[in-house]
Amino acid sequence: MPELADTVDPADWTCPAPLRDQPVVVMGHGGGGALSAELMEQVFAPAYGNAVLAALADSAVLELGGARLAFSTDSYVVRPLFFPGGSLGDLAVNGTVNDLAMSGARPAYLSAAFVLEEGVELTVVERIARSMGAAAEAAGVTIATGDTKVVESGHGDGAYVTTAGVGLVPDRVDIRPQRARPGDAVIVSGPIGLHGVAIMSVREGLEFGVEVASDTAPLADLVAAMLTVAPDIHVLRDPTRGGLAASLNEIARASGTGVRLRERAIPVPDAVANACGFLGLDPLYVANEGRLVAFVPPSTAEEVLAAMRAHPQGAGATLIGECVADHPGMVVISTGLGGTRVVDLPLGEQLPRIC
Amino acid sequence: MKYIDEFNDPDLARRLLDEIRATATRPWALMEVCGGQTHSIIRHGIDQLLPEQVELIHGPGCPVCVTPLEIIDKALEIASRPGVIFCSFGDMLRVPGTDRDLFRVKGEGGDVRVVYSPLDALELARSNPDREVVFFAIGFETTAPANAMAVHQARRLGLANFSLLVSHVRVPPAIEAIMSAPACRVQGFLAAGHVCSVMGTAEYPELAERFGVPLVVTGFEPLDILEGIRRAVRQLESGEHRVENAYARAVREDGNPAAVRMIEEVFEVTDRSWRGIGRIPSSGWRLTDAFRAFDAEHRFDVTRIRTEEPAECRSGDVLQGLIKPTECSAFGTTCTPRTPLGATMVSSEGACAAYYLYRRMNAPTPQATRAAREEMNPVA
Repeated sequence: MPELADTVDPADWTCPAPLRDQPVVVMGHGGGGALSAELMEQVFAPAYGNAVLAALADSAVLELGGARLAFSTDSYVVRPLFFPGGSLGDLAVNGTVNDLAMSGARPAYLSAAFVLEEGVELTVVERIARSMGAAAEAAGVTIATGDTKVVESGHGDGAYVTTAGVGLVPDRVDIRPQRARPGDAVIVSGPIGLHGVAIMSVREGLEFGVEVASDTAPLADLVAAMLTVAPDIHVLRDPTRGGLAASLNEIARASGTGVRLRERAIPVPDAVANACGFLGLDPLYVANEGRLVAFVPPSTAEEVLAAMRAHPQGAGATLIGECVADHPGMVVISTGLGGTRVVDLPLGEQLPRIC
Repeated sequence: MKYIDEFNDPDLARRLLDEIRATATRPWALMEVCGGQTHSIIRHGIDQLLPEQVELIHGPGCPVCVTPLEIIDKALEIASRPGVIFCSFGDMLRVPGTDRDLFRVKGEGGDVRVVYSPLDALELARSNPDREVVFFAIGFETTAPANAMAVHQARRLGLANFSLLVSHVRVPPAIEAIMSAPACRVQGFLAAGHVCSVMGTAEYPELAERFGVPLVVTGFEPLDILEGIRRAVRQLESGEHRVENAYARAVREDGNPAAVRMIEEVFEVTDRSWRGIGRIPSSGWRLTDAFRAFDAEHRFDVTRIRTEEPAECRSGDVLQGLIKPTECSAFGTTCTPRTPLGATMVSSEGACAAYYLYRRMNAPTPQATRAAREEMNPVA
């Protein structure tokens, strides 16, 4: 009969030394979680930090020539280039449109810079460009400037697109993560996790019984409808990389408040729940490309919800929780069974579990 | 959602909790063996909902957690070699070796890929005949059949560029080792349902008899776990110690004979080191001599790598249920998922990571936890 005491002295039980710093870029640095935040804080901020950048919002709000201008940029490196519900081009337009919209701005002009890989068929580039044109038209923005570079074969995934955008922020609108207040209603505009699962299903060749389409969509018009009924929206965020969990953690930390969610209220489509169950992932961490999460004063919550539900992009709007004074900087969820758990900021990208 | 929602029903959960509360007349300590169950318990807050008398101790059932540092170092060495495609389940990529992890190897140019099945790795070997494809075969009895099948197929297809880095572990010897430890407080087990779906339950009656503990085969959804706890407590209260199957929709007494045959064809039982615990006799599998050609340790000549684990964290105590994660002085301070001292904090199924993520809000101090436990269970 084996006795652990015979095989090992408890005083010698050991573990590896921690990996405190990665000396090279790892995939997690682009995952929208803690590693991304550290890259920002430790590399970029010391190099060219300033008061505007320090706000760490999806878009910067600038005073320029008497106008309040929202300004944002984002790079898009999705594989595959075309997926159920959208393409690289859709993401490149909608993503930047949404980053601008999350400051309450009406997006107006975008730039589009392509990095193309040698050997990619021109019909592929044409399809991406056409999808960008259509997405820009649907979002009411003009692609006003651009650039193209080509890298040698093997040095890119076919095509990368970087878009930047500007838009005007209406008077009296002040939407930023620091403005979350205890008591605020936390609202999500629709079912979560569809984009991430759509990409996984095509990228990994996984079938989940039904085709899951990305939710990529422009949200500026929905935001305008919300502002019409409630000009004093406190926070808006589009929960892309890192999902709802990353966005809510960023808001909680920026505002020094806590967030309390009700698990059963969070709209998770069956296909997303199934896929996540199969892979051991949590839907709260899965990327969205056509959803927003809003923190609004409790007195306006019902009106905002009604306005959202009357809009095609907000038909599935749901109250999922509230901002609280307890546990500042943390997101806590009430589980369906009545327990609670902390929803932490993801480290990097979620990893499928073994079993 | 069909087949899942039914096992999440809050009304049924309350009924089961009421029944557990009514049944438990004194303190009992149960161990859930499987990391997947630990994850589910914490994720749904089940441990907070149980009556005070029922304590759950988290067992060594996370294959990521118990993979020895030495094997991780061998994986890092192989994955760094030019011409190698190193395939792994996702959560192994973040487990630190002596000085780096597979993510870093990937960042430094190694071809490291996350796959969902060893058969995906086999397909990579078939479509990349000029590359060496290595699959990191870790896990309990649950993952062993598919890994065995991959090697079996590789031989059938004559794929000489495919190999496995094997670190398989077996549950029954671990239960035996835990129950034999002098400080053991475990009075009953929730046996891992997925392991039993492969192996059946034939290995368990002898353990239940010898150590006088109930062993309830348990599933992974919240109601499965509550039902497993209910049955284990009921047995303890009536002085019984039987093997019970509370996961009949997935587990037959004889398991999956075809899967077992596949394991027996390809693997043989061997002693295996468990990270943080030490060597447990007959607790692992290795490739048989007939399949030695597919053993990556020999093919890449990494058998010389011998890693001593520096003494820093108490994951060994956690894995054996001797302490709760929150009782480790490093928990949440020097040891977090971002800076893991041990694999129990690295893996999403590790008990420490589960505690950190879901319980940080109200983690009691180690002293408070210990005092509460002693008050509840003076014999501990």
